[in-house]
Amino acid sequence: MQSENTTEDLNTYRPIIGMEIHVQLKTKTKMFCSSPNNPDETKPNTNICEVCTSQPGTLPVINKEALRLGVMLGMALHCEIPEYSKFDRKHYFYPDLPKGYQITQLDQPMAKNGYIDIEVNGKIKRVRINRAHLEEDAGKNMHPEGLPYSLVDYNRAGTPLVEIVTEPDLESAEEAKAFLHQLRDIVRYIGAGSADMEKGTMRLEPNISVRKPGESTLPKYKVEVKNINSFKFAEQAINYEIARHIEELKEGKIPKQVTMGWNEKFNKTVEQRSKEEANDYRYFPEPDLPILHFSKEFLEGVRDSIPELPEAKRKRFSEEYALPIADVDALIDWKELNEFFEEVVSELQDWCENEDKTKDVKVLIKAAANWCLQDFAALLKTAHVDPLESKVTAQNLSQLVRLIDQGKISGSAAKQVLVEMFAKGGEPSRIVEDLGLAQVSDESAIADAIAKVIAANEKAVADFKAGQEKSFGFLVGMAMKELKGKGNPQVVNDLLRKKLAE
Amino acid sequence: MQLSKEDVKKISSLCRIRLSEAEVEKFQKELSTVLDYVSELQQVDTEGVEEISQVTGLSNVYREDEPQQPKISDEIIEIFPESQDRLLKIKSIL
Amino acid sequence: MELSYLSISELHEKLVKKEVSAKELAEYFIAKIHKHNSTLNAFLTMSEEQALQEAAVVDAKIAEGKEIGILEGIPYAAKDLFCTKGVRTTASSKILENYIPPYDATTVINNKTAGAIMLGKTNLDEFAHGSSTETSAYGPSHNPWDTSRIPGGSSGGSAAAVAAGLAPYALATETGGSIRQPASLCGICGWKPTYGRVSRYGVIAMTSSNDSPGILGLSVKDLAITAEMMAGYDSKDSTTANKEVPEYTKNLRTDLKGLRIGVPKEYFIEGMEPGVEKRIYEAIEELRKLGAEVTEVSLPLTKYGSLVYAIVTPSEISSNLARFDGIRYGHRSPEAKDLLDIYEMSREEGFGDEAKRRIMTGTYALSAGYYDAYYLKAQKVRRLLVNEFANVFNEVDALVCASSPNVAPKIGTAKDNPLFGYIADQLNIPGSMAGLPALSIPCGFGAADDGTQMPVGLQIIGPQWGEQTIFDVGHAYQQSTDWHKKFPKQFSE
Repeated sequence: MQSENTTEDLNTYRPIIGMEIHVQLKTKTKMFCSSPNNPDETKPNTNICEVCTSQPGTLPVINKEALRLGVMLGMALHCEIPEYSKFDRKHYFYPDLPKGYQITQLDQPMAKNGYIDIEVNGKIKRVRINRAHLEEDAGKNMHPEGLPYSLVDYNRAGTPLVEIVTEPDLESAEEAKAFLHQLRDIVRYIGAGSADMEKGTMRLEPNISVRKPGESTLPKYKVEVKNINSFKFAEQAINYEIARHIEELKEGKIPKQVTMGWNEKFNKTVEQRSKEEANDYRYFPEPDLPILHFSKEFLEGVRDSIPELPEAKRKRFSEEYALPIADVDALIDWKELNEFFEEVVSELQDWCENEDKTKDVKVLIKAAANWCLQDFAALLKTAHVDPLESKVTAQNLSQLVRLIDQGKISGSAAKQVLVEMFAKGGEPSRIVEDLGLAQVSDESAIADAIAKVIAANEKAVADFKAGQEKSFGFLVGMAMKELKGKGNPQVVNDLLRKKLAE
Repeated sequence: MQLSKEDVKKISSLCRIRLSEAEVEKFQKELSTVLDYVSELQQVDTEGVEEISQVTGLSNVYREDEPQQPKISDEIIEIFPESQDRLLKIKSIL
Repeated sequence: MELSYLSISELHEKLVKKEVSAKELAEYFIAKIHKHNSTLNAFLTMSEEQALQEAAVVDAKIAEGKEIGILEGIPYAAKDLFCTKGVRTTASSKILENYIPPYDATTVINNKTAGAIMLGKTNLDEFAHGSSTETSAYGPSHNPWDTSRIPGGSSGGSAAAVAAGLAPYALATETGGSIRQPASLCGICGWKPTYGRVSRYGVIAMTSSNDSPGILGLSVKDLAITAEMMAGYDSKDSTTANKEVPEYTKNLRTDLKGLRIGVPKEYFIEGMEPGVEKRIYEAIEELRKLGAEVTEVSLPLTKYGSLVYAIVTPSEISSNLARFDGIRYGHRSPEAKDLLDIYEMSREEGFGDEAKRRIMTGTYALSAGYYDAYYLKAQKVRRLLVNEFANVFNEVDALVCASSPNVAPKIGTAKDNPLFGYIADQLNIPGSMAGLPALSIPCGFGAADDGTQMPVGLQIIGPQWGEQTIFDVGHAYQQSTDWHKKFPKQFSE
């Protein structure tokens, strides 16, 4: 089936891309047992129990929170949630699959027929989602180079996954990237997981084929690509495959229907040996798990607790805060940062309401956005700290913004204060005092300093009056020196100009 | 229902049991006997009947998302036929 | 002191009255096991040290004058399908020859909590696939009434142990006759619970949709006592019902006035031994005397029960046994040269013929193109069976018939007959497929092929969750008859 919004030029090679994405859910425990779910655990075979290592006699029990998050994700993807759902067993033999079968969902997934709208080149496109279902992850296999053995870690075995399958609606690597970006944001916003491709908490397998010029039906082949660990690689791999397919099609061949693996070292795809020759998974309904019957109350409860989604927040930020698009995009991209930002905004709005009604809060908001996106973000990234967990509170940052606005400190002094707050915490006004960073804005003090400087630098004054603008800068510098660097630059400038003009 | 030797070999490969030639022959006969035995089931009219996979009639059974105690990870590693630095060791997968 | 064949209540009283200590009780049965196990091959593994330690705890409690529960200090045996922490558990298979579980089955914990003392693990058909214990990788068990005969299966080891007075009761499991049939063949009492009444957690799985862990014992009252301990919701088993466990023992009736009993005509099959048939009719007459209204009922789908079972069971087995692959535990072939070898050779070496047969049948039935014709079809017929039973229980309160169409045959009869189990268990399977509870209790003796008098078992089937009803019928019967007090001479004198 073709999607609706494409500009079809039937006389070109047109890529058709569908995606299969696995999102790891951020729950405390695994999907079917109470072992801890921690993707950052480094000690092998630590978060395991008799169930997820499939000791004889063990049975699965569904994680309620995984179910809730899965359904919520389905709803956030605009899917239909059916009244009944169930789990099935999918059989194959592999060392990282302890039971010899995976508990997944076949014909009654928890969500289907949804979509995500993406924006590419100013145009909105709807990418349809065929289904989203719950399943358990496998363990991790390790193959020490050149050695005749493999090692298996079951920490990840049994952790909850949502598998999302799209219709083949994407037509370029760019669209694919936009889709992934949106999906990632949605997953993060509802708190379902970190959706981090580098960490492996979101995994992607695009299915790619290319339609020949004149071909109006779906191609008779498709290639699956594995081992893609970042958005960048996704883009590269998809583009590589599209080019490769077009090459073959031009030669009159049909690309082989295989699984390819992305090789990051050589920036190309490589054919992978398939795990199972015959993909006869012998599915049958999981007898150890009773069916799921989603009541109206349950569904309403989940729907009501869906947090604000990226699109809605984006709209709100643009409208309420009048921030430029680049700022909004950057903020939306980092959920915890934008949450922190909103707390700062709330403080600023309070202050304007109660202390200074004449202030245009939008100016302060823009300043807050700048501080969040530049200096604060830089500190956070270097120290690997979450915006909501640093020593800088929203109150602190809002105070800092106000101090600058009131002229009590200079911009550069504020940077110092922020670094100090980040390292040790504390109120900005106190830090300013402790570090002696208070800006001198008092006009009479500045006027005195200027008078001194003018008196001591006759040549410069004369040069300026003769038209040398450079000397003005020199005199400003001297005045600042006199003020021990704490002069409010704006006031110094204004007063000096006035004085020299006399 | 008669199974061929090929059928039996395919099945044994699917379920990862390496049969000897003699076993293939033996099981070919025995499996065919069982399949014959059950073929009568096709006579039962099941038009409009929904299959039953859970005779208890239960639904919506789950547990809270709380970690369990105690942890027996060390004991499980002890049981591995072969291990190395807490990892399960097997012949190479590749 | 002769402690074999005493009821749980009698043993409890002896403990309370300090006529015997828990340690003495355990030692008595341990000694008797050592004396007779080479003849019976009932036990595969003993847990003596653990038993004596547990007994010491009970004795300390008694010495302090504290009250003890009805099962405290009472020894029992556990079918080697129940995972017992620290005690070898083999499922009577070579693939688990040296497997020591790192955890206890919930039902084992129930027994521990009740203070019962586990003596050891008993023999069974490998992975419970069978009706004679002849598929055990460790040799068959022998019927205490005639050691040249099978004790039945798959819980044959447990049945032999109880029938020979080696344990007052034993844990067993049933999927399609594995409690009732051995109880019948060994002349003891067996309870197969409603599916979902007792936790399967820690019981090595055979047919997930059917497996029911139960008890083999010496009287219906003892079954009721142990049922209260075994039954209940388990958060680790999603198929257990969150239903209160009634006080089965307290509620036991001794008369059956007003109780409607149905006798399904299809259960008097062609080929049923005349001795068996006679004893069943006599038993039914006895129930009439106790006040029950007995009527003939019809269950036309009965003959399809075994067919449904012959598909569903191997299918689920092929899935449940996939985890026995030489990778994480159990037998790993020492000859394996690569990963495929580990899989194929470990399973080839570790599984017996019946297990292989069932795994392959199931693999075939579930494979692409065959699922609809086999598994799906069978599960549809199964629903019809469920409905048929539900309907009949609108007219009657319990069904009564034979547990087995024959008395115990000689060891060797089942050999390489892939249909043996399905035919032996055809009277048990339909009720099992519907998840219904049932009892088998002794009701006399019938002549075997060579004239030997062997036990006959009366089967009582109840509606779903109808444990109380079947206990009532059985208990009332045992008030006016004493078949359950007859024991094989070789072990009771």
